[in-house]
Amino acid sequence: MSMRLDRAARGLLMTELVSGMALTLRTFFKPKVTLNYPFEKNPISPRFKGEHALRRYPNGEERCIACKLCEAVCPAQAITIEAEPRDDGSRRTTRYDIDMTKCIFCGLCEEACPVDAIVEGPNFEFATETREELMYNKAKLLANGDRWEPELAKRLELDAPYR
Amino acid sequence: MMAFFDTDLGIVILTLLKSLALIVPLLIGVAYLTYAERKVMGAIQLRKGPNIVGPFGLAQPFADALKMMFKETIIPAGSDRILFMMAPMITFGLAVVAWAVIPVNDHWAIANINVGILYLLAISSLGVYGIIIAGWASNSKYAFLGAMRSAAQMVSYEVSMGFVIVTVLICVGSLNLNDIVMAQRHIWFAIPLFPMFVVFFISGLAETNRAPFDLAEGETEIVAGFFVEYSAMSFALFFLGEYANMILISATTTILFLGGWLSPIPFAPFIWVPGVIWFLLKLFACLFVFIWVRATFPRYRYDQLMALGWKVFLPLSLGYLVLVAGVLEVFGWLPNA
Repeated sequence: MSMRLDRAARGLLMTELVSGMALTLRTFFKPKVTLNYPFEKNPISPRFKGEHALRRYPNGEERCIACKLCEAVCPAQAITIEAEPRDDGSRRTTRYDIDMTKCIFCGLCEEACPVDAIVEGPNFEFATETREELMYNKAKLLANGDRWEPELAKRLELDAPYR
Repeated sequence: MMAFFDTDLGIVILTLLKSLALIVPLLIGVAYLTYAERKVMGAIQLRKGPNIVGPFGLAQPFADALKMMFKETIIPAGSDRILFMMAPMITFGLAVVAWAVIPVNDHWAIANINVGILYLLAISSLGVYGIIIAGWASNSKYAFLGAMRSAAQMVSYEVSMGFVIVTVLICVGSLNLNDIVMAQRHIWFAIPLFPMFVVFFISGLAETNRAPFDLAEGETEIVAGFFVEYSAMSFALFFLGEYANMILISATTTILFLGGWLSPIPFAPFIWVPGVIWFLLKLFACLFVFIWVRATFPRYRYDQLMALGWKVFLPLSLGYLVLVAGVLEVFGWLPNA
């Protein structure tokens, strides 16, 4: 009986509702956690797996030796490679395409790469207006590599002790 | 000049000017209410809310309005075209028309009629038509479900709202909104009639289909309820109507319970402040609670909503009405007795 009276009184006086409102009023005055995204960005881990890039050696020679390990390991089959020996006898790719709409950003391609040629960089802002722009070819990947090289090198160096 | 405003034509022009002077600030108020809602709810959820368009995001409502205007109005193939387009107009029109009797200061109402409160009640009852017509004319099951819910809900809560208003009226002895405010010179009705104040406010939430009683919209279960099929300006009109109704209910609460334009502190520096300022401050406080409640409580289940309306509010308001009437009679405090 007294329990039912208690419950009725609580219901009529709306104690739960009032305490709920008090809670939300408290959070109203708390400092905000919003990140002003295009102007502020979260720090990114060296292991962040973003947009792909093909790296070069310091002398400008491309690293990729067309071993096709990345193509083989890619679970989404997003990578297509064609290769033939160059005039100087070294083995190079003639075609290196990544379908970014298929890629699942698992990072297995860079794990597989014996020469650290294909890497996933820190860039995640590569949205495009058309689907075709997401079919990356070798030129685009090498351009990415040239653009992000300082950060890519830094990233590999920071992650090296854990590999 | 004053003589001109006593002629028939003068009265028409004067009324038009008065209406314009009320509707323009009202629409701007509605626009900024949407902004305030996003800001306040953002703050409660530890976010910042809109802050990109203009300083502090102050131009956001206008950006939204422009976007709405440039969108395509889609009329579903199976719909009743005329009713479909009429429904948002009815909703919005009624939300604006009700403002005719709201006094924002002593005798500052477009129409200071003797049955002001009845007029308000009548207009808010008509509001359900816009929603039912929208639900019916859309020819969509979600819209229809939303309209059904909304109709039942608005009718149920109007009953207890009516009793609350009657409680106030027997304390005032007049249906004129101006008189109702003036009767609160000594004490706001929110204090002696506190339970009624709460019942009125919660019924107001239900009446305007606001969270936690927004079953008519019910995004998670019936998509958007009665206005699923609406787009562009016809949707914007529903939106404007809903927010104008929110402001209207807040204004009604202010007039019935919070002493309208009367200063809360009845001495020197505070009584010099124009009544409009006090009225607006009280209005803003009510609106803040509207948004605060939305950010706090989850949506009611339909049977809970009905149980609250019929099994809690109706007996409560009826009982309190009898109690107040008894007290007034016993102590001889009845007005006009």
